[in-house]
Amino acid sequence: MSTRRNPMEPQGLGHALETLGAWVLALLWILPLAYAFWTAFHPPEFATRFDPLAPLSLQNFVNAWNAAPFASYFVNTIILVTMILAAQLVLCTLAAYAFARYAFFGRDVLFMLVLVQLMIMPDVLIVENYRTMAALDLTDTITAIGLPYMASAFGIFLMRQTFKTVPKELDEAARVEGASALQVLLKVYVPLARPVYVAFGLVSVSYHWNNFLWPLIVTNSVGSRPLTVGLQVFSSTDQGIDWSIITAATLMTSAPLLIAFLLFQRQFVQSFMRAGIR
Amino acid sequence: MLNRTVRKVAVLAAAMLFAGGAPAQGVEISFYYPVAVGGPITKIVDGLAADFEKDNPGVKVKPIYSGTYQESVVKALTAHKAGEPPVISVLLSTDMYTLIDEGAIIDWSSVAKSAADKAWMKSFYPAFMENSETGGKVWGIPFQRSTIVLYWNKEAFKDAGIDPNQPPENWKELVDYAQKLTKRDASGNVSQWGLQVPSSGFPYWLFQAFTTQNNVVLMNKDGTKTSFDDPKVIEALQFWVDLSRKYKVMPPGIIEWGTTPKDFFERKIAMMWTTTGNLTNVRKNAKFDFGVAMLSSGKRRGTPTGGGNFYLFNKSTPQQQAAALKFVQWVTSPERAAQWGIQTGYVATRPDAWNTPEMKKYAAEFPPAAVARDQLQYAVAELSTHDNQRITKVLNDGLQAALTGAKTPEQAMKEAQREAERLLRSYQRR
Amino acid sequence: MNRFSVQIHGWLLVLPAAVLLAAFTHYPAVATLLHSFYSTPKANRPAVWVGLENYRAMTQDPVFWQVLGNNLWFALGTIPASIALAMLMATWVNGKLHGRAFLRLAYFTPTILPMIAVANIWLFFYTPTYGLLEQITVDLLGLPSHNWLGTPSTVLACLIVVTVWKEAGFFMIFYLAALQAIPPALAEAAAIEGASRWTYFRRVVFPLLMPTTLFVLVNAVINSFRLVDHIIVMTRGGPDNASSLLLYYIYDVAFKFWDSSYASALTIVLLAILASAAIMQFAFLEKRTHYQ
Repeated sequence: MSTRRNPMEPQGLGHALETLGAWVLALLWILPLAYAFWTAFHPPEFATRFDPLAPLSLQNFVNAWNAAPFASYFVNTIILVTMILAAQLVLCTLAAYAFARYAFFGRDVLFMLVLVQLMIMPDVLIVENYRTMAALDLTDTITAIGLPYMASAFGIFLMRQTFKTVPKELDEAARVEGASALQVLLKVYVPLARPVYVAFGLVSVSYHWNNFLWPLIVTNSVGSRPLTVGLQVFSSTDQGIDWSIITAATLMTSAPLLIAFLLFQRQFVQSFMRAGIR
Repeated sequence: MLNRTVRKVAVLAAAMLFAGGAPAQGVEISFYYPVAVGGPITKIVDGLAADFEKDNPGVKVKPIYSGTYQESVVKALTAHKAGEPPVISVLLSTDMYTLIDEGAIIDWSSVAKSAADKAWMKSFYPAFMENSETGGKVWGIPFQRSTIVLYWNKEAFKDAGIDPNQPPENWKELVDYAQKLTKRDASGNVSQWGLQVPSSGFPYWLFQAFTTQNNVVLMNKDGTKTSFDDPKVIEALQFWVDLSRKYKVMPPGIIEWGTTPKDFFERKIAMMWTTTGNLTNVRKNAKFDFGVAMLSSGKRRGTPTGGGNFYLFNKSTPQQQAAALKFVQWVTSPERAAQWGIQTGYVATRPDAWNTPEMKKYAAEFPPAAVARDQLQYAVAELSTHDNQRITKVLNDGLQAALTGAKTPEQAMKEAQREAERLLRSYQRR
Repeated sequence: MNRFSVQIHGWLLVLPAAVLLAAFTHYPAVATLLHSFYSTPKANRPAVWVGLENYRAMTQDPVFWQVLGNNLWFALGTIPASIALAMLMATWVNGKLHGRAFLRLAYFTPTILPMIAVANIWLFFYTPTYGLLEQITVDLLGLPSHNWLGTPSTVLACLIVVTVWKEAGFFMIFYLAALQAIPPALAEAAAIEGASRWTYFRRVVFPLLMPTTLFVLVNAVINSFRLVDHIIVMTRGGPDNASSLLLYYIYDVAFKFWDSSYASALTIVLLAILASAAIMQFAFLEKRTHYQ
């Protein structure tokens, strides 16, 4: 980034107004999270009242933790996102490498077929995919949640674009030294595409951590439900909404992502920029 | 193929061996349970399962908490279609016809054949059995059952100059009290509404209280006909609509079920209609003196019953069915039913449960608990027909259209009836 | 490598991904079409060929038309708003405003929070009389009270706001990446020409952001047909279907009414809509490949 002053930055009054606008918008945007913090850390009487003198309390977290098997949900979600990400990285790397560097028969048609998934995502094919999972006897398993997402068209597309920018000379040099195709891929292409992997990984993890409809349909027990479905099961009660417990549970379930983002937000944005996703 | 025949023979032989006798060693009964209630219900159910296992070694009860009722029936039916249904499941009593149509359940009467078994099936409140039986067979055993009751804020009554111990007896008093209880500021904004009847999600259930009080039923016994366009049904809906439009004692628009108890705790409403299952919740969270009463009467008193029954799923083995019968009989015994009612706030489903010492003590300490029981004599079956989910959606949509003013009650109910008739045509021919 | 081994290697590398894609994207899309021509199997009635019957029922289903209309309004409400906001946010975050790091964090947090959880929080915001919105509009500003989610005319707008809030920050990241790739020399040149900030944005920045805008646009279109989590929590499609969207209706028909054939016919409509968006995407990809 350049350290020179950008002459097109707002000045004087304009600067003040824009700063104000940006801050108002930011405060509006963070309001739901702020509310979640307020309600989760105060007794239920203060869930809808904002009194600066309200006593602090951690009881909501205790109640939420005891009200549902969040530990299992956490484990399930972690297994789920890890499984999906690992499969995506391997499958998409291999496929993208082929699409970028092998002139095999039918490549372009096949690539078009891959891109179809950018539009027709598994999210909308719930009826048929449910049928398939039932036929494979996979319903109510973590595998069933992940399977439709493991071959990601977005990932293949992204990595193919990146691999294409790798100079052919590097590839050829490695091959002259006797490296096999896979070695070239691992030693030359993958290291150069690191920021793309990071950016893709972050998108994938945050997407699947928060995904809801498909897991809701395909799972039905504590052993396979991810956090989102567990949270829904637990917040939709006959007896009405208890925001204190729900916000505590919300913070608990999104804490790993929130903390990760707080720590890595600079890297996060920079990976996106280096990945050239724009 | 041969393999399969051998297995079938083996299963049959095993079934004959154990028929009538004690359940086999190592029988597992999987059990879908809709945790649709707050509080530590899952722990109570786990406790019941563990107690039963202690008394009946060799039988394992495996509760699977499947979410709301809505989600649970989805889970149970999808599992049935996938060929691995649970052995038993607690599902809405109104899902009976759907479960029969899908071939998912078998009737309890086919496994409960002894005289004692038959007496057991007769031991429940008749109001609960209304939508547990059809075609002379018992398909559901009442368990987690509820009715609608009126909760009122005694302090608000006092402030409005109404006797805090006298809930509204009839529709006229209901409107009267609600008008007195509705507080408006100078600019016309309401700081406290008189009455709130929720209308999101499943308004048909609350509507059934109005129709029953107006002395009309919504469907026939076979679940093949509805009477949404009956003048008395339209009249009942007109009354509901009038509560907010004419009398202006209820918030306009659709009222969220989930926030209604909170509205009550926040003193934004003085009276609310909600399930008896909310008793424990209200007792814990209301920071004021409150009362619980039967719903006010129109032409008569009335409320629909609600909640879940035990269903016995098809495709289970005879040993599993025998074990399931044993478990359900155990869990619905008077002592257990009483314990269940005390712990959850649901209505204990049989009269003798109310005569157990624990229940007597509880009802004496906390009289509101008995209100639901006393109201049962006026209760009717919850709306349940073939293709139930679609029919209730048609009615729900019509009700919401009328409540939001998009259609007149008459128009809404006539259209709903037309649509219901179209959907039920194929079932009437049978 | 000889040409034969290129063929083999190429196909072997693509195969695992291709198999999964075929199994969970292409096969179900085709199977949906097939099943939409059959009746729904019931306990004693196997599925039979009914031709276009499901589609005929669909054209006569008022709920379908309403849901389709809702979805178009929903798309129209969410897409331009979230794109415009994303661009604005990116411009601000990319600039030298005070507290840039906080701004970026604030704009981005909705992306990380699960919709299912924040929908419950938004439910509180919209609650009549003591909800946050009413605490501001009624208690502070003295406006009349309004049942936001319980009125057919406002419920969809409320859901649109939630959706825009949820996705604008995500799109911002793409714009931010694009903005940082614009050479500073352009701004300097524009300054020498005496261009205003607005002119610079309109004439220089906006055209350079075009590929990003197309990419974001396509994503926003997909999202407007894919996001239903908040409906499940906040309204269940009510009042009287006023907030129901196509995918939510499909979920209802398939997993509550158990009418999988009709659900398939509805899915075909959804796929057709997405396919037309896909054609747009391909046109855009074409451009990008030339560009590189």
